[in-house]
Amino acid sequence: MAQITLDRLAHSYESNPQSDADFALKELDYVWDDGGAYALLGPSGCGKTTLLNIISGLLTPSRGHIRFDGNDITARTPEERNIAQVFQFPVIYDTMTVAQNLEFPLVNRGVDVGEIKKRVDEMLETLDLAGKANQRAQGLTADEKQKISLGRGLVRYDVNAILFDEPLTVIDPHMKWQLRTKLKELHDRFEHTMIYVTHDQTEALTFADKVVVMYEGEVVQIGTPEELFERPDHTFVGYFIGSPGMNILPCDVAGDSVRVAGHTIKLDAEYLPPRGARLELGVRPEFIRFAENHESGIPVSIESVNNVGRHRIAKVRLSDLSMNIIVPEGQALAATDHRVVFDAQRCGVYADDHRINPTEDSRGFRHDY
Amino acid sequence: MITKTVNQKAWFLVLPVLFIVALNAIIPLMTVVNYSVQDTFSPGVFFFEGTKWYREVLSSPRFHGALGRQFMFTGIILLIEIPLGVAVALAMPRKGPWVSVCLVLMALPLLIPWNVVGAMWNIFALPDIGLLGYGLNWLGFDYNYTQQPFAAWATVILMDVWHWTSLVVLLAYAGLSSIPDAYYQAAKIDGASAFAVFRYIQLPKMKRVLIIALLLRFMDSFMVYTEPFVLTGGGPGNSTTFLSIDLVKAAIGEFNLGIAAAMSILYFLMTLLVCWVFYTVMMRGEES
Amino acid sequence: MRGVKILLVFIYILFLMLPIYWLLNMSFKTTNEILGGFSWYPQEFTLASYKTIFTDSTWYSGYINSLSYVLMNTVISVSLALPAAYAFSRYRFLGDKHLFFWLLSNRMAPPAVFVLPFVELYSAMQLFDTPLAVALAHCLFNVPLAVWILEGFMSGVPREVDETAYIDGYSFPHFFVKIFMPLIAAGIGVTAFFCFMFSWVEMLLAKNLTSVAAKPIVAVMTRTASTAGYELGLLAAAGALTLIPGVIVIWFVRKHIAKGFALGRV
Repeated sequence: MAQITLDRLAHSYESNPQSDADFALKELDYVWDDGGAYALLGPSGCGKTTLLNIISGLLTPSRGHIRFDGNDITARTPEERNIAQVFQFPVIYDTMTVAQNLEFPLVNRGVDVGEIKKRVDEMLETLDLAGKANQRAQGLTADEKQKISLGRGLVRYDVNAILFDEPLTVIDPHMKWQLRTKLKELHDRFEHTMIYVTHDQTEALTFADKVVVMYEGEVVQIGTPEELFERPDHTFVGYFIGSPGMNILPCDVAGDSVRVAGHTIKLDAEYLPPRGARLELGVRPEFIRFAENHESGIPVSIESVNNVGRHRIAKVRLSDLSMNIIVPEGQALAATDHRVVFDAQRCGVYADDHRINPTEDSRGFRHDY
Repeated sequence: MITKTVNQKAWFLVLPVLFIVALNAIIPLMTVVNYSVQDTFSPGVFFFEGTKWYREVLSSPRFHGALGRQFMFTGIILLIEIPLGVAVALAMPRKGPWVSVCLVLMALPLLIPWNVVGAMWNIFALPDIGLLGYGLNWLGFDYNYTQQPFAAWATVILMDVWHWTSLVVLLAYAGLSSIPDAYYQAAKIDGASAFAVFRYIQLPKMKRVLIIALLLRFMDSFMVYTEPFVLTGGGPGNSTTFLSIDLVKAAIGEFNLGIAAAMSILYFLMTLLVCWVFYTVMMRGEES
Repeated sequence: MRGVKILLVFIYILFLMLPIYWLLNMSFKTTNEILGGFSWYPQEFTLASYKTIFTDSTWYSGYINSLSYVLMNTVISVSLALPAAYAFSRYRFLGDKHLFFWLLSNRMAPPAVFVLPFVELYSAMQLFDTPLAVALAHCLFNVPLAVWILEGFMSGVPREVDETAYIDGYSFPHFFVKIFMPLIAAGIGVTAFFCFMFSWVEMLLAKNLTSVAAKPIVAVMTRTASTAGYELGLLAAAGALTLIPGVIVIWFVRKHIAKGFALGRV
């Protein structure tokens, strides 16, 4: 178990990177706490597997350093780093039994026989594989094989971190939930530092204490699931997390008022966006509501309403912009005259995709001009 | 694995193949069986002889000699070619521009007509002007494959290794390249030694193709004819006369039809038996 | 470790290339030089041997005869094997496994066993000394091989492809040619390559099923080989020329060659 420090880390697969675009992983500075559960979330090709492979030592970064508990291990091999990794497709040794698979990393490290037996038996119990200990690993189901891959990491009590590379890709949907629960339970029990790569927001949000969202080789936000939902730092985070994603509307900003498609929306703070930046207003479908009778609001037309279980999602049009609005259970929609109200506190202003902060002291405190 | 449906009409799709192979296999085989139980004194006049030829073949030292040499040859080349082929496949680069170059160069001997292989080695091993023969003599070895049985054997074996090891390399390489990178990465992380990687990852993945390699090499070496015939003509003496060479000698050289036919049948039954054993083992491997 | 690996591959390839180099070396030498003794490379470089081959009709017609039966055999083997391989990869029918084994066993049958009866059979069919006789005789081992390789490649195509096509109203021949064959194009290429290869390298049957009119290059060469050594240069040149078709076809299938050697089963 270790604290992992990424010190101005960057990687390019090209030998002589010229511009930012050549970097599969753009410069990154961060400290992962000992014993934390982290998720690396992002679409395919965003650089999350690159980052994972740099941590595990399968790749050497083109720039920067990586430290475990303060020791620079950038140049170390995977086996010297003492980490465990679970891959997308289960890796098992076909010709060995389940128990032999679990013993393998310990035997290779010369752990004594009694200790091996103790740990393997314990791991078989933990993974609910005790009944299959002497069965050939080849004939098992995908989720059992994946549990063995995980078990081979967990039997080594002293691993610095356990890395997961989209480990549930080939698992049946009903088993995914079980395995995820198991992982969480194992994390609580062994307190390993765990890093989990995925493109599935549900997996990331349920597994991790902190989620690292990546987009085009860049870490766009690191935060708890709540922070990512409440206050996305980047339009991509807003759009990628949440279902449906955040509404992103082109706008103009003047102090605390925003103009969207000719309508003015008052925010609860003042903004001073950088000159010439592309400005957008981001607001989650949860934080827009239909106006009550006689309440004022921005007129919209409803394009469609979809029932998705607990609530409904209304797709509405505001001149040439389209937005999603979540309509809570039990709320009736008027037949005509639809107007919407934005929750001023939950709106964010984005300049060139990055969230900007309100001017100092402006929040909740009105200046008089 | 594809689940197959029962459909007897599929026979119609197989008929053309059945016809052409039957034409080539069954009719000649019947002819051979026919010869093997008859004798003739003048063309067109035959006598039924029962198992006479078979008894004669089975008790003849000549057949025993050829059979013994055949097994020895097949055994030696398998012992060299399979491990060497696997070693070269393991040493090959897995990616990059050199892979194609290596594969093409290695496959080259497989595409040379077999008599050209014999002729090429003939020239290569000549003691006076061949690189191998001249080189060995220059190094102080008394080497002349046309006169020394041991030299002839060594040359025939070296030629077969030259000719066919690449088949094993290509098969083993195909097996190796089907192993995903994650296996090697996991093994690294598990702290596995190079030998453990070979024993628990590479060998199991190569098992199927190695069985095919063993099967093909066994069969092809068992019916080897052209290359040793062109190189040594079966000599010196009978020292490199293998089954096929002996058979052709009896059938065409001596026109000893009955003996040749009985030999053919025995020879064919032996290959068939080994072939069946391999096939059974391989199919079991595929089902599990 | 890496160095040892590169060295092993290098030595192995060197070992493969040396006899080939020696063949080329001889083919560019004059007869006098060959008989004169050992030399690493031609002292008096000459193309005389090649000139003889390209101007003497017994020589060059040998190549033409060989290529014609090889191509015929490739076409026959692949086109007959395609439907059969499909049947084996998709259906179960009475005796299928036994039939498959019997086919394979013919791949393993020693050609020496069949030499004499083949001569009789093809003489009776009045095909003796024609390229067609050799092409048909080579089907003995090439058709089973083609069925085996194609079956391996076809089993890799999901059944759903067939079913979707039938639902879309394709007839079997239409589906097979328009949809299925493009899907296993690589497999067909590899199969054709192997048929070409095994027909091209075989000598025993090709030599004995022909006498004058259809004499293949391999038989022309054995005549030269058995005569006196002074034709060694000519023999070397003829041998060197037989490498060319192999090099050409191998270049086309280099990406699939390993899988093809594994009979589509990796």
